[in-house]
Amino acid sequence: MHWWFPSNASSVGGQVDSLFYVILYITGAVFVLVEAALLIFLVRYRRREGRKAEYIEGSTKAEIIWTAIPAVILVSLALFSQPLWSKIKDADRFPPNAARIGVEAKQFEWHFTYPGPDGKLGTDDDFMNIDSLHLVLNRDYVIELTSRDVVHDFFIPAFRIKQDAVPGMKILVWIRPTVAGTYELACAELCGLGHYRMRAVVYVETQQDFDAWLKSEGIAASSPTDSTAQAGKGAS
Amino acid sequence: MTAHEPAVGRDAPPQGGVGVYTQKVGMWVFLVSEVMFFTALIGSYIILRWGTGAQWPEPRTVLAIPITALNTFILICSSVSMVKAYAAATRDDQPGLRKWLVTTVIGGATFVGVQAFEYHHLIEKGFLPSSGLFGSTFYTMTGFHGFHVTCGVISMIWVTIRAFRGKYAGGNYRGVETIGLYWHFVDLVWIILFTIVYLI
Amino acid sequence: MTATAHPGAAAHQDDRSFIRKYVFSTDHKVIGIQFLFLSLFFLLVGGLLAMGIRWQLGFPGQPMPLGGWLPQSVAPGGVVAPKTYNSLVTMHGTFMIFFAVMPLLVGVFANYLIPLKIGAPDMAFPRLNMWSFWLMIPSGALMLTSLFVLGGSSAAGWTVYAPLSSTPDYSGVHLGQQLWCVSIVIFGLSSLLGSVNYITTVVNLRAPGMRWFRLPLSVWALFITAVLAILAVPILAGAVIMLLFDQTIGTHFFQPDASGQPLVWQHLFWFFGHPEVYILILPAMGIVSDIIANGARKPIFGYTSMVYAMIGIAFLGFIVWGHHMFQSGMNPTLASSFMVSTIVIAVPSAIKVFNWLGTLWRGSIHFTTPMLNACAFVAMFIIGGLSGIFMASTPVDMYIHGTYFIVAHIHYVLFGGSLFAVFAGIYFWYPKMFGRQMSERWGKVHFVLTFVFYNLTFFPMHILGIGGEMRRIYDPTVYDFLRPLQPINVFITINAFLLGLSQLVFAVNFLGSLFKGEKAERNPWHDTGLEWTTPSPPPHGNFAETPHVYHGPYEYSVPGMAEDYLPVDTPPAPAGAAAGRHA
Repeated sequence: MHWWFPSNASSVGGQVDSLFYVILYITGAVFVLVEAALLIFLVRYRRREGRKAEYIEGSTKAEIIWTAIPAVILVSLALFSQPLWSKIKDADRFPPNAARIGVEAKQFEWHFTYPGPDGKLGTDDDFMNIDSLHLVLNRDYVIELTSRDVVHDFFIPAFRIKQDAVPGMKILVWIRPTVAGTYELACAELCGLGHYRMRAVVYVETQQDFDAWLKSEGIAASSPTDSTAQAGKGAS
Repeated sequence: MTAHEPAVGRDAPPQGGVGVYTQKVGMWVFLVSEVMFFTALIGSYIILRWGTGAQWPEPRTVLAIPITALNTFILICSSVSMVKAYAAATRDDQPGLRKWLVTTVIGGATFVGVQAFEYHHLIEKGFLPSSGLFGSTFYTMTGFHGFHVTCGVISMIWVTIRAFRGKYAGGNYRGVETIGLYWHFVDLVWIILFTIVYLI
Repeated sequence: MTATAHPGAAAHQDDRSFIRKYVFSTDHKVIGIQFLFLSLFFLLVGGLLAMGIRWQLGFPGQPMPLGGWLPQSVAPGGVVAPKTYNSLVTMHGTFMIFFAVMPLLVGVFANYLIPLKIGAPDMAFPRLNMWSFWLMIPSGALMLTSLFVLGGSSAAGWTVYAPLSSTPDYSGVHLGQQLWCVSIVIFGLSSLLGSVNYITTVVNLRAPGMRWFRLPLSVWALFITAVLAILAVPILAGAVIMLLFDQTIGTHFFQPDASGQPLVWQHLFWFFGHPEVYILILPAMGIVSDIIANGARKPIFGYTSMVYAMIGIAFLGFIVWGHHMFQSGMNPTLASSFMVSTIVIAVPSAIKVFNWLGTLWRGSIHFTTPMLNACAFVAMFIIGGLSGIFMASTPVDMYIHGTYFIVAHIHYVLFGGSLFAVFAGIYFWYPKMFGRQMSERWGKVHFVLTFVFYNLTFFPMHILGIGGEMRRIYDPTVYDFLRPLQPINVFITINAFLLGLSQLVFAVNFLGSLFKGEKAERNPWHDTGLEWTTPSPPPHGNFAETPHVYHGPYEYSVPGMAEDYLPVDTPPAPAGAAAGRHA
C-alpha cells in the first residue's frame, strides 16, 4: 500500500521533498491550531441561557499580529523556495558537461533521441527510440524538450521533475538520476484522447548496462565512424 | 411608467452616490470592460508581433495607408460633431443638436463603409485572416472595432430619431452625453489601432 | 419616493401581466430567483457529469450503471470511452464554474440582495438586468447542445489549452468546441450586463445614510466581485474569440506551425482565470460574514479589515496568474515573481479567517442550518487555503502541478468554500425570497450528510496527488506507480455517489417547502439588514418609503438594548435613552 511519494531517485528530489515537508509541518500546525480554535469557540460560545454575546468590534492589535505572523512565515517560505527553483530550472546554471537527450512529445508517445557515439545531438549518428528512456546513473543530462503537436508535460514522479512540452518551443530540463532502477514517465497535461496512455519507461542503469543496451540496439558504445551502425532506428 | 413602478435607471431621482448620474456611471463601467476586451486583442498583437521574433511584413506593403488615414480623419471629425451635438443639447439648441447628430451618423457610417470596402479590396488581393499572424491580428482587431462602430452607428441613429422627437429638449440631454462617451471611446481605440497596426 | 404611508404593507397595486411579473421581469428579486432555478439545474448537470468521471476512475473499463442508455460512440457497451471521459472532465468544470457557481453566487445573491440591502427599489438598469438573465438561456442551451453534436463536446479541459482545443485534427472535436466558445462569449455578455448593474447600483442607489462603510460585507463582496468581473471576463471573451477564429476562419494566434504562440492562450486565459477564482470565492466570503455575525449575535470582528482584505485579495488577484503556469515553459525568473505575489495573497485570506474566528469568540452561537453551513465554509476554506501554499512554492508545484493535489485544492475552495456558502445563503434568504421556511430538521440532515461525504470524497484526493496521480486521466491503472492508489479512487467514488445522493434531501426540502413550508415572518433570523424590514417576500419596489440608515450593518447584542439586534434603519433613540452606538 504505497500511498505516498514514490521513492526519490534524483539529485534534487530530496530537496523538493524536504521543502514539501517543511510546508506540511507549518500548514499542519496551523491547520490543527486554527481548526481547534474554531471547534473550541463553537462549543464554548454556543448559545446558553442567561449569557449574552459580547459587543466587540475588533482589535487593531490582533489584526496587526495575525497579519504580520503569516506574512513573515509566508515570505520566508518564498525565500526558501527560490534557490531550489533556480537550481532546477535556470538553464544558465545547468552543469556544462551534461549529456544531451532530445525528447519529443507527440500524441501519444515519447520519442527519445540519443546523441550516438559522437556525443552530440543533432548529428547524423543520433538514434531515436520510442517510449524508453535510458539514463546512466549519476550522470547529468539536459533534456531538449519539444512537442510535435499540442502541449504535453514531461513528468517523472520518481525524479520530482515536471516540465510542459510546448509546440514551437525547445525547453531545457536538467536531470541527474541517483538511484538505479526502472521508473515511469507520464504525460501530465491533457493532450487528447490518448493522453492517459502516454507512458514511457525510464531505465537508470550503470554505464555497463547502458552500453550493453546500446549494443543490443546495434549502436556502437563509443567512437564515431560507421554510420551503418545506425540500425534502423531513425526518426519516423 | 405607472406610479408604483420603482423609479430607477434614467428616471431615478438623483440619490447620493458619487454625484455622477446613473446612466453615466453605467456607461463608464461598460467602457472599462471594453478597454479590457480590446486589451486582450491588442495586447496579444503586441506580443505576437514584437515579443516573439516572428516574421512580419511592413504594414504599408499590405494595407492602404492613405485611404485609411482619410478614414481616420473622418472618424475624428465625427467625434468633433458629437462634441458639437452635446454642446447644442446643453444649450437646448434642438436644431443644432439634430444637425450635429446626423453629421455624426454620416461620419460613422462612412467610416464603416470605407472599412468594408477596404476589407473587400484586401481579400481580393489575397490577404485573409489566415494570412499569417498579421492577417490573424489585423482582421480580429479591426473587425471587432468595426463591429463596435457599427453598434455605435445604430445606437446613434436611434438617439437621432429620439432627438427629432424632442426627447432631449429642456435640459434632458443625459442620453446624448452617454452615447457621446461611447462614441469618443470607439474613436480613441481606432486612433490607437491605426497607429500601432497601420503606421508602425 | 413612492406612495403608501404604511411601511411594510404589500399594498401596491401591481397590474403587470403574468409574463411581465414572472417571466420577462425586470424586478431584481424575480431575476435573482430565476438565476436560482437555472443554476440549481446546472449544478445537477455538473454533478451528474462528475458521477460519470468518478465511475470511470473508480472502476476503469467497467460498464457504467445506465451506461447502456448512452450511444455506442460515447460509451461502447456502457463503458465510458477515453474521449468521452475527456469531455466529462471538461464539461463538468465548465458547467460547474460558469453555469452553477457563478450564477449561484453572483446571479442569485447580487441580484436578490444588493438593492434590498442598500435600500433601493431595484437595480440601476432593470431592463439590462433582465437581459443578463435571459442571455444565460441561449448560452446554457448552446453548451448543453455541444454535448450532443457530432465529434462530441469540447474535450480539452475547462481550461481548453491551445493548440489542442483549436485544432480538430488533434482533438477530434469540431462543432463542440465552437459551440463552447460561442456559449462562453454570450455568457460573458450576461455577466457584463449584470456587473454594470451591480456596480452602478451600489455606487449610486444607496439609501440616505447607507455610507460605504455601513454596507454589509455581502454587498462589499458582491461589489468587488463585479469590479473583478468587469476587468477579467472581457479578457476571456477576447481569448475565446481568438480561439474560435483559429478553429474556424484559419487565424493562427495559437498555432505554432504558423508562428502562433500556445503560451499566449495560457497567459490570456489565466489573466482571466485567476480573478475568476476570486469571483467564485469573494461573494461566498461576504455571505458567510453576514450569516456568522447573525448566528453569533455579534458584530463582525474587524469589519474595516475585512473590507480592505477583500480589496487586497481582488487587487492582488490580478498579479498572480502565472502561478497556474509555473511549469509551462515561461521564464523561471518571471515564475518566481508570480510565486512572491501568490504567497502574499495568502495573507488577506488568513486575515479573514482570523476575523471570522474573532466573530465567533465570545458570541452566543445559534446553530441554525445557515450557521452550520457558514461555519463549515470557514473550516473547509482553511484547508483549501493551506493546500494552496504547497502549490505556491514553485519547486513543490513542480511535483503536484497537474495532479490530484490540485483537484483537491480546487474542490476544497469551490465546494468546501463556495458551495457551502451557497447552501448557507439559500437556507438563510429562502424565507425572504419565498415567504416560507425550509425545514430546519432536514436542513441539518442535509448539512451533516453533505459535510461528511464531502470530506470523505475530497480529502483523499490530496493523497492521490502526493502519490503522483495526474489529472484528467481516463485510466490510472495504465501506470504501475498509480495502481496501488486505486483503492483510494474506489473509496472516493463511493463517497462521491453518497454525496450526490445526499443532495436529494436538499432538493426535496427546497422544492417541497415552496408549497408546504411554514409561512415565514418578516425577520425570522432577527437580522439587522434592510431586507428584513420588508415583508417576506418583498413587494415590487421593495420599500414603501425610502429607508434611512442610521447604523452599521452588524449591531448585534448592543449593550443596554433589550433586543439583541438593531436594524440599520432604526432611528437613534431621543437624547437621554440608551442609543445604538456604532455610526
